[in-house]
Amino acid sequence: MLRRLTLILGLMMGLIHFDAPPAHADDAAIILKRLATDNYGEIESGVTALAASGLSVSEAVLNALADSRLSYRPSDKEIFFKDASGKWIDAATNVVANEQPSGLKPVKMNNRVRRALDAALGSMTLLSPDPQKRMAAADAVFKSRDANTLSALDNVIAKESDAVVKQHFEEARAAVLILKSDASEADRVGAAEKLGQRGDQDALALLNSVTEANATANIVAAASLSAKGISRRLALLSAAQNAWYGLSLGSVLLLAAIGLAITFGVMGIINMAHGEMVMLGAYTTFVVQEIIRTKAPGLFDWSLPIAIPLAFCVSALVGLLIERIIIRYLYGRPLETLLATWGVSLILQQAVRSAFGANNREVGAPSYMSGVWDLNGFQITYGRLWIILFGLAVFVALLGVMKGTSLGLKMRAVIQNRRMAAAMGIRTPLVDALTFALGSGVAGIAGVALSQIDNVSPNLGQSYIIDSFLVVVFGGVGNLWGTLLGALSLGLANKFLEPIAGAVLGKIILLAVIILFIQRRPRGLFALKGRAVEQ
Amino acid sequence: MTRFFFRHFDRTAIGFVATLLLIAIVVPFFNLAVPESSVFHIPTYLVSLWGKYLAYALLALALDLVWGYCGILSLGHGAFFALGGYAMGMYLMRQIGARGVYADPVLPDFMVFLNWKELPVTWYFFDHFGYALLMIVLVPSAIAFIFGWFAFRSRVTGVYLSIITQSLTYALLLAFFRNDMGFGGNNGLTDFKDILGFPVQAANTRAALFALTALFLALGFLLARAIVASRFGQVLASIRDAESRTRFLGYRVEHYKVMVFVVSAAMAGIAGALYVPQVGIINPSEFSPSNSIEAVIWVAVGGRGTLIGAAIGAVLVNFAKTWLTGTFPELWLYGLGALFILVTLFLPKGIVGSLSARVQRIKGSGAA
Repeated sequence: MLRRLTLILGLMMGLIHFDAPPAHADDAAIILKRLATDNYGEIESGVTALAASGLSVSEAVLNALADSRLSYRPSDKEIFFKDASGKWIDAATNVVANEQPSGLKPVKMNNRVRRALDAALGSMTLLSPDPQKRMAAADAVFKSRDANTLSALDNVIAKESDAVVKQHFEEARAAVLILKSDASEADRVGAAEKLGQRGDQDALALLNSVTEANATANIVAAASLSAKGISRRLALLSAAQNAWYGLSLGSVLLLAAIGLAITFGVMGIINMAHGEMVMLGAYTTFVVQEIIRTKAPGLFDWSLPIAIPLAFCVSALVGLLIERIIIRYLYGRPLETLLATWGVSLILQQAVRSAFGANNREVGAPSYMSGVWDLNGFQITYGRLWIILFGLAVFVALLGVMKGTSLGLKMRAVIQNRRMAAAMGIRTPLVDALTFALGSGVAGIAGVALSQIDNVSPNLGQSYIIDSFLVVVFGGVGNLWGTLLGALSLGLANKFLEPIAGAVLGKIILLAVIILFIQRRPRGLFALKGRAVEQ
Repeated sequence: MTRFFFRHFDRTAIGFVATLLLIAIVVPFFNLAVPESSVFHIPTYLVSLWGKYLAYALLALALDLVWGYCGILSLGHGAFFALGGYAMGMYLMRQIGARGVYADPVLPDFMVFLNWKELPVTWYFFDHFGYALLMIVLVPSAIAFIFGWFAFRSRVTGVYLSIITQSLTYALLLAFFRNDMGFGGNNGLTDFKDILGFPVQAANTRAALFALTALFLALGFLLARAIVASRFGQVLASIRDAESRTRFLGYRVEHYKVMVFVVSAAMAGIAGALYVPQVGIINPSEFSPSNSIEAVIWVAVGGRGTLIGAAIGAVLVNFAKTWLTGTFPELWLYGLGALFILVTLFLPKGIVGSLSARVQRIKGSGAA
């Protein structure tokens, strides 16, 4: 009710003042005098009139009112304001007073005046020379839908040369017009089309508020047509956004799981400490950043490129040690290996906790990792973009190692038939050790990427280990393409289930689906085919 | 029936059962009948603590039955344990009645807090002890049956099976954390008042629960022992040692596996039900995969495929855990981690397995 009242009031005032011819210098004193009163209603109308007058002094006066620097002399209704240096200036003549005029009373404000003032200032910034400010002002009008600004908008639209800003102006105008009951039908239909072009949530809400109660059939039809278009576009956009998030999650899973896939594929063992290799990589990044912060702050943007090879080396070395000290004595006993590596993971977690504390560690993002790329509503954060590219790069590099190097050839041979490979002269223990180091090193690299999107804490690895297992089991053993497909499809499925079922339930559904999937294909999507009964 | 239970009953087994029965009588006696001033008095908190160990021992026994004798390394047995515990917890919650903070005669406090108006179907009949007992056995068995049916029929074995059992308990963990599942969310079920009319906190009840746990451990041991000594158990062992060969000999491997998996899950459920009233709380963290893996190491320490060893391992490791987390909290995870590594590397048969191997050797050399 109150809103409608203000709207009507606003409309009335708009009619009164905007239809008046543009004020001349002589009129300045007349308009200004309207502020020299105790009556809030008059002050309010005065503010609106001043904003519409186009007087050069208007901005200074309105700003002074906003900062409570505006006063008037009741005797002759003369307006004065104090400038930044504390001097009093006569608003009508723009003359600096030598001394403080006597008998001044401040111009007072209440909420209605303040609202009118805000709208007035907003419409005045429509004329700002800075296009960014003009755009912001247009968006402010779009939100406030203040009918008083309409003539100002019409003015600036005619003058505007920047196409983007003009678009914003026109959208703001459309937002005002669409629900303006006394606007012409053609104008309102045009406004509905304009809002359809804008195509975001705000425009949709506006279009949906057009009903038979406040518009003619033609307008309603145009509005609902535009609304449908927007809904379709928004649905598409949210699907695209989900796909993007899914892709990003998938690449994270790919990074976390690909090392596991190699060790599992070649050696047939589950490395429960794999998550801790990821964690070590993340902590390496933390240490690198700490050193850079204290020793060479200028290199901060280089911290990640520096951390990547270091993390690889740290994790690979730890992996090699684990293989040489523990795992090589357990070959042929995969379940025991699982238990022993679980023990390793507990020790590594506790060691990191003792060294760095149990709390999360802050790893900063270099400048190129932060920021958003807005593609017409479709938002791409640079951090995610880099991680996706990085995940794919690691994948391609590993593919190259598997297909193009002597180690890769031997690894593939061992995956296919360990005993035959040994008989052909491949030193399988060496291949095992190198494979384990490689898989662990890749996990370390994953840790560098994960340090950018997750908390770096001793439990970092634990949160990824189950998902990584599922990726490997889903994708099939010893096949990198399977891991890629498994990771991406799990990531996508997760993100598309989330809005439907909620984050936790979505995850549960996914786990159930994978458990069922393994029933159908116990060896994953891309299973190695052989004639042996048992692999 | 008697023959089924007591065939192949050797001296060690008799000794183990006798010890358990003795403990079941002696510990409550020293707790209740001996005055507190005496040196021989056993305080109630110790009775509950050891009752907890014995419940864990029953879980370890269940795990040993599938892992030690059938080669199924389940990393999700904690889930069956927790399900049994939840069934018991639901009975105990319903017993609180109007004594809760919100004094609702039917709804447990957390439901009143969530502004629920009526009891969910899952909670029906849980005020009857008999129904709760049935559920303690039935729910874990049913889940084990469905899961096992799918997994074993499609020949999921080895590490693959371990991973999906782990996912099972992980999925349940996530599910039970949700408030709208109706099992108390992350706070779980607690503030129990009484069981069958006896106050849960009282020393008498605690002693009785302890004796009952020891008794059930003995029963579980007898049952497991009978199973592994039977023809059925011999097929299980052959599945463990050469699954494909057993299948080629004409045995329906998956039927045997499902059967033993279900029995083991039921045992784990009973263990959980005995655990909850003694600890006084059950919450979703019992489902966490690390709990299940920890149970595996109890079995490994004591000796897989020995039954007695599993029980002893559970008690030993948990005793060490209580002691270490009390005196050197930093060291416990190092200790546990080292235990995993050292046992698998140097003590693959576990304590009991290694000891009995040595005894066999001495006997053998004596005879020759």
